[in-house]
Amino acid sequence: MSPMNHMDTPNTAAPIYQVRGLTRSYGSLTVLDGIDFDLYPGQCLVILGRSGSGKSVTLRQLNGLEKPNAGSVLFDGHEITTLTESQLLPVRKRVAMLFQSGALFDSMNVYENIAFPLREHTDLNEAEITATVAEKLANVRLSGIEKHVPSSLSGGMRKRVALARSLALDPEVVLFDEPTTGLDPVTSATIASLILATRNSGVTSVVVTHDLPLARKVGNRLAFLDAGRLSNVAAFSRRRRRGRRGASPWVKIVANESESVRCC
Amino acid sequence: MRSPGLLETTGDLAALTVKAFAALFKPPYEVDQWVRQMEHIGVRSLGVASITTIFTGMVMALQTAYSLPELGVKYYIGAVVSKSLVRELGPVLTALIVGGRIGAGMTAEIGTMKVTEQVDALRSMGADPVKKLVVPKLIATLVMLPALTILGDLLGVLGGLVVAVTQLDLSSGFYINDVLSSLTLNDVFSGVGKAFFFAYFIALVGCYNGLNARGGADGVGRATTRTVVMAAIMVLVSDFFLTKLFHIAL
Repeated sequence: MSPMNHMDTPNTAAPIYQVRGLTRSYGSLTVLDGIDFDLYPGQCLVILGRSGSGKSVTLRQLNGLEKPNAGSVLFDGHEITTLTESQLLPVRKRVAMLFQSGALFDSMNVYENIAFPLREHTDLNEAEITATVAEKLANVRLSGIEKHVPSSLSGGMRKRVALARSLALDPEVVLFDEPTTGLDPVTSATIASLILATRNSGVTSVVVTHDLPLARKVGNRLAFLDAGRLSNVAAFSRRRRRGRRGASPWVKIVANESESVRCC
Repeated sequence: MRSPGLLETTGDLAALTVKAFAALFKPPYEVDQWVRQMEHIGVRSLGVASITTIFTGMVMALQTAYSLPELGVKYYIGAVVSKSLVRELGPVLTALIVGGRIGAGMTAEIGTMKVTEQVDALRSMGADPVKKLVVPKLIATLVMLPALTILGDLLGVLGGLVVAVTQLDLSSGFYINDVLSSLTLNDVFSGVGKAFFFAYFIALVGCYNGLNARGGADGVGRATTRTVVMAAIMVLVSDFFLTKLFHIAL
């Protein structure tokens, strides 16, 4: 498949990510079988697919949490698949990730969780850190919960705190791993609004999900991951237009996978 | 997923050692984390370490007196108890009892962080999990296990004193004089040196199994069990070689 349908390219800027021939296997199980895509600044690429289709694995290649067996991931023109953990540091300052579970540090309260990346990578003093944490919490509509510990928060609150933490360093790219999984529809809608606000602020994002309302709300590019291959990377507006004439093949596939579809 | 073999585990432990010491000497030095771990690992183990060694000293005094009464061994109880405790039983028992507790705790904590993606979150934020999680625990164990061993030695000898005075009709002066005249600095160095190595094994195995935990709560449980078994075996096996080493060196 061609890595990118350039008719769908919304701008002429250089892609922030260029993924080519990405392959990842675990023993005899091939999860990713040579996937290609480009991601341009400001885009929100939504990757849909069944459970276990390799969506999260794809995401983890984009910030070096996992190394592929073959293929390349160029971030801002630089190959990252061959970098060591310390060499990946500049990439990870620019690319944040929201984990499926939130992954808040249990041993820290909300304030310390959000302050963590600020303390690691900035020279801000404590007053500036306090102000930044308050601002990030306000952005996710959770002001005043700095002293709470993660175990006292609901699932939705944990996701929002995790989002605040991932945005603490004002990253250029945010990777969202199943951001609404396990949440009720109202909370899911709140998370979707926050992701949309992030996208509208100019942040490039990749969202992996099986939540179609979320995909429709936040995505401006969509792809479907099936049998290790990424198909139908295209602008969402084109998909919707085609959808009015009849669902495109991948929509049918998704719709038939009742286990992975929340609602259509 | 298959379990790593002995050779692979040994290689992984060596690699983790190199990473840990590289991270240890790389600033910033997070001393507050080290102190917090020392409190967690050392201070909270005081009770179990104290009870273990006090009663070991008391039992040794009784057994020595009961086993060979016709040889008049009870007059050497101070030497027997102090030599045995300081050179051997103090470091080994403290490492087995306290090490089981802290090693399992390390694996459970880091393992839970691993299976709930907190370790990945650290990495994704450009933080080194070895520096953040392993180094503070390694430093704290290297400092606190020898300290607990010294304290345990003192309490064990004290336990022997209690038995000698209350059960065997020896005077406290006689017992203490016997201890001081028989115990050498080499005995102390040998025991504390062993404790230092045991601390390294326990912390390394605890952190290694935590970082390699997989598969949710069940995986963390298995990793914790593995730590207790591995730490105990490493302590007991290395004790033989360390005894030989310190015998030659001191």
